[in-house]
Amino acid sequence: MALDSKVPKGPIKDKWTDYKNKINLVNPANKRHIDVIVVGTGLAGGSAAATLAELGYNVKAFAYQDSPRRAHSIAAQGGINAAKNYQGDGDSTYRLFYDTVKGGDYRSREANVYRLAEVSTNIIDQCVAQGVPFARDYGGLLDNRSFGGVLVSRTFYAKGQTGQQLLLGAYSAMNRQIARGKIEMFNRHEMLDVVIVDGKARGIIARNLVTGEIERHSAHAVVIGSGGYGNVYFLSTNAMGSNVTAAWKIHKKGAYFANPCYTQIHPTCIPRSGDYQSKLTLMSESLRNDGRIWVPKHLDDVKAIREGQKKPTDLSEEDRDYYLERRYPAFGNLVPRDVASRAAKERCDAGYGVNATGEAVYLDFAAAIERYGKEQAKINNIENASEAKIYELGQKIVEAKYGNLFQMYEKIVDENPYETPMMIYPAVHYTMGGVWVDYNLMTTVPGLYCIGEANFSDHGANRLGASALMQGLADGYFVLPYTIGDYLSDDIRTGEISTDTKEFEEAEKSVKETINFFVNNKGSKSVDHFHKKLGKIMWDKCGMSRNEQGLKEAIQEISDLRKEFWKEVSVPGGSEEYNEELAKAGRVADFLELGELFAKDALVREESAGGHFREEHQTPEGEAKRMKEFQFVSAWEYKGEPKDAVLHKEELVYENIEVKERSYK
Amino acid sequence: MNLTLKIWRQKDSNAKGQMVDYKVTEISEHMSFLEMMDVLNEQLVGKGEEPVAFDHDCREGICGMCSMYINGEAHGPDRGITTCQLHMRMFKDGDTITIEPFRAAAFPVIKDLVVDRGAFDRIQHAGGYISVNTSGNTQDANAIPISKHAADEAMDAATCIGCGACVATCKNSSAMLFVGAKVSQYALLPQGQVEAADRVQNMVAQMDLEGFGNCTNTGACEVECPKGISLDNIARMNRELMKAAVK
Amino acid sequence: MSGFFKSSIGRKVAMALSAFFLMFFLLQHLVINLLSVFSPDAFNEVSHFMGTNPLVQFALQPVLIFAVVFHFVMGFILELKNKKANGVSYAKNNGAANSTWMSRNMIYSGLVVLAFIVLHFIDFWIPEINTKYIVGDMTGLHNGEFRYYHELVEKFHSPLRVGAYVISFVLLGLHLAHGFTSAFQSVGSSAGRKKVLQNIGKAYSILIPLGFIVIALFHHLTHNH
Repeated sequence: MALDSKVPKGPIKDKWTDYKNKINLVNPANKRHIDVIVVGTGLAGGSAAATLAELGYNVKAFAYQDSPRRAHSIAAQGGINAAKNYQGDGDSTYRLFYDTVKGGDYRSREANVYRLAEVSTNIIDQCVAQGVPFARDYGGLLDNRSFGGVLVSRTFYAKGQTGQQLLLGAYSAMNRQIARGKIEMFNRHEMLDVVIVDGKARGIIARNLVTGEIERHSAHAVVIGSGGYGNVYFLSTNAMGSNVTAAWKIHKKGAYFANPCYTQIHPTCIPRSGDYQSKLTLMSESLRNDGRIWVPKHLDDVKAIREGQKKPTDLSEEDRDYYLERRYPAFGNLVPRDVASRAAKERCDAGYGVNATGEAVYLDFAAAIERYGKEQAKINNIENASEAKIYELGQKIVEAKYGNLFQMYEKIVDENPYETPMMIYPAVHYTMGGVWVDYNLMTTVPGLYCIGEANFSDHGANRLGASALMQGLADGYFVLPYTIGDYLSDDIRTGEISTDTKEFEEAEKSVKETINFFVNNKGSKSVDHFHKKLGKIMWDKCGMSRNEQGLKEAIQEISDLRKEFWKEVSVPGGSEEYNEELAKAGRVADFLELGELFAKDALVREESAGGHFREEHQTPEGEAKRMKEFQFVSAWEYKGEPKDAVLHKEELVYENIEVKERSYK
Repeated sequence: MNLTLKIWRQKDSNAKGQMVDYKVTEISEHMSFLEMMDVLNEQLVGKGEEPVAFDHDCREGICGMCSMYINGEAHGPDRGITTCQLHMRMFKDGDTITIEPFRAAAFPVIKDLVVDRGAFDRIQHAGGYISVNTSGNTQDANAIPISKHAADEAMDAATCIGCGACVATCKNSSAMLFVGAKVSQYALLPQGQVEAADRVQNMVAQMDLEGFGNCTNTGACEVECPKGISLDNIARMNRELMKAAVK
Repeated sequence: MSGFFKSSIGRKVAMALSAFFLMFFLLQHLVINLLSVFSPDAFNEVSHFMGTNPLVQFALQPVLIFAVVFHFVMGFILELKNKKANGVSYAKNNGAANSTWMSRNMIYSGLVVLAFIVLHFIDFWIPEINTKYIVGDMTGLHNGEFRYYHELVEKFHSPLRVGAYVISFVLLGLHLAHGFTSAFQSVGSSAGRKKVLQNIGKAYSILIPLGFIVIALFHHLTHNH
């Protein structure tokens, strides 16, 4: 099948408006007869479910957690971008569009990104109307902060819990519709397959995670908003339950999977402390506004620190290597995420990592504390303030800005970050790749949509900070509810979809077979055993930098591991009960397939772009080297084994932005 | 360190549960409490036994999923954190740790340490929202200035993660801190005024219907709340309900 | 409005309102009793006034009785409801980690106070009602003198009664230590959480019971021969 992105004609700034004006609509009376399934209730799924129900469709929403409010969107800290230009610093729809495309290393679809920038302002209006308590200044107007890789202040925030507040906003909109009976909510349910009838998505098979019952649910369209697949690495900042299953199941039923190798490794996370580690904790990017990143200049200092003979504060300025400031004087510590992460890895690989595992660098606030302290001394007219006084004043300011993050760090690491520099290391955080969708957010299967982090659309090869929340809500509140009407307008006479058909029966049968296999397989190894092994392969060979040999090895190793999994996996307990190991087994089985496709995609993409860094393709200074001939989206078609997947290319055309070398020097 | 764990095991909601003793060894003090539970479960799975079921997801203290009653306190002995943020350095070698599910008649046990907190969702369905449709042309976000003080206070109330520690801790299994926080968030903002009376009446009615107990102002919820939600929110809810009653 | 008082919060408000009334009553009762220490005559006169004034007898007294009965009955109802809301109890519960003993045991301190009130009714109230409304003697005189002071002194003769009295007031103090500020919180005032009111509450919950105890001990010790 040839890929058709269905991008409307016309100038970029009019595309969305013109398109909306001409799109088919479903009249309100008919909407009552149309059902839509939404899988996932994070920012994308939750906002879509609420809006579709407001419009009058009958929505069935599914979440594996016990409440829609717990989706992992809740963990986003920093903020949400919007081109409001409230600060009057020259922001505009075009500038947000430009920053996002450039930040994504020119690997995203222009029209989608422009639309995202265009509706970004509506999101803020909508959220405020819903009662989202964004931060405000003393005049009562909305406050903004700035984020990495941009030159304006356009990030709206609610303390360090912006994701939580936006999700609770979408959740509240859902609650209103649940109360009206327009959303039927299925908590603790996991989608295990999509059902295709006559080439169209017409329902799903879901497992009730409490009773173990396998259920059939039908609808006229199915929307997947199930988030990213970062947990393919086992260790990531994702929630423990975050998984690729819904996205992968639709891939296996015909939806192309795009750019799986584009993964964002976030530079500021708390380092791993041991093999028991179950997940990694992110520290907001905002810390890089004031923190300076460094490692010791000399290896003997590194050794002394690791052995506990020296403390980081013992090292004088000239013995420290502020490597980001050294390499990127223009942006310094505020380079985009992919650049900062790779630089940390480069230093640690060279042996300069400062903790026992050798995978940590310092994030130091001493300079900021001193700077703020001096400033405060001046403001308060304290002459000849002592060093201690300056430190005390400065610490207060730093505490006001980052207090909750410092406290979180101290709880986890048991070190006081005011006294000794924080240790940080990059961790898997977000996946730009995902299910391929057209301009309507429809996958290659008619009636099957994919939104939010689960799709591939807007971030190219690297996502800028505070853009994930923007995209999730844009898709769910303002894009999908319009575009889905165009498709559903053909379904006004279809009537209820029966679940009593051979398609549902077959899908249910195959789901049950897999489940029965798991609970009956007398294997010797736990699900986590395989997940951890997969994670290690992914991190070592498909992590922050990749090369041909490593990727080829990864493909082989993952394939072997998958075979072993299907032979040796052990799942205690039964199928008709609450069984977390069983749920995990199904998710890891899908990760084991995705992982191989991931490596294959990374192998094929012989260039470096954004989060995808191929060692063979770098400039003499070690920067990512993009290749003109790879200016396309890799969309993979499922053909059985991942090795047989067929590549389809969507060429990326840039008519409104000049493709340039991405430099932050 | 080596520890003895006394854990509530219950096959399903209908089964009778009991406390079962387990031993775990070589626990690092840097582990989180849930990682210690992972070690136990890996051990159980290795022996072909069913692992201990417990709710958890984000493991960074924000989703509100984790819900254990550890040594007689919701989320364990540390303050201002959820169970997933509790670290083993709070315990000593040789300790016996009692682990139970959050208890309340309105939170029935699903399995082991997993409880059903659907009652919280149903309270939110009753009024935890502002009735505004998604249109894309609501008024500009800056059209209504909101004092920083009110916005900050609303934000403090809105940080509730719905974990249920307040109910679990309360000797009366009262949900008033949870409901008070939501009522307060909207009561403090101009957007919430239009529906304020109906909201508080409907949410309180649903709260009572779910079988939560009555607040006797012991203040235990506020102490155990991982997000430090203030008791003032309960007073505000009481006030809002009185206002609604005389309207 | 009737719906309001059926709600959990409405009932708490009603509890608090009756508590406010009872706390005011306690204060005035203490003031009158204190007179007995300084001036038996003044005590007699005020007692006679309170005992015969129709407004006090037929308006305030029924309200007081209603408030007492209501506070106890509602207290029990809420306690039972709250117990029911608990479900299975914890194997290990460390209540002391997050709340005061007083706040967790209002029902027990309340029960002791209730027992005391029963004793108090038998001691004073029933004989009063009997003398005034059954026998019909509204003079307040006994052997040509006001009988109130004498009766009071008489009752504090027994060390047992004084002991019960002291224990009851200690428990009342504990009840008030939580109840005073709690009542403010219940009626929706955050004042109960302010330092000032907390200190007033502390002072009130110590001084009121202490006052009654001192009076009892005073009469017991000075007239015990």
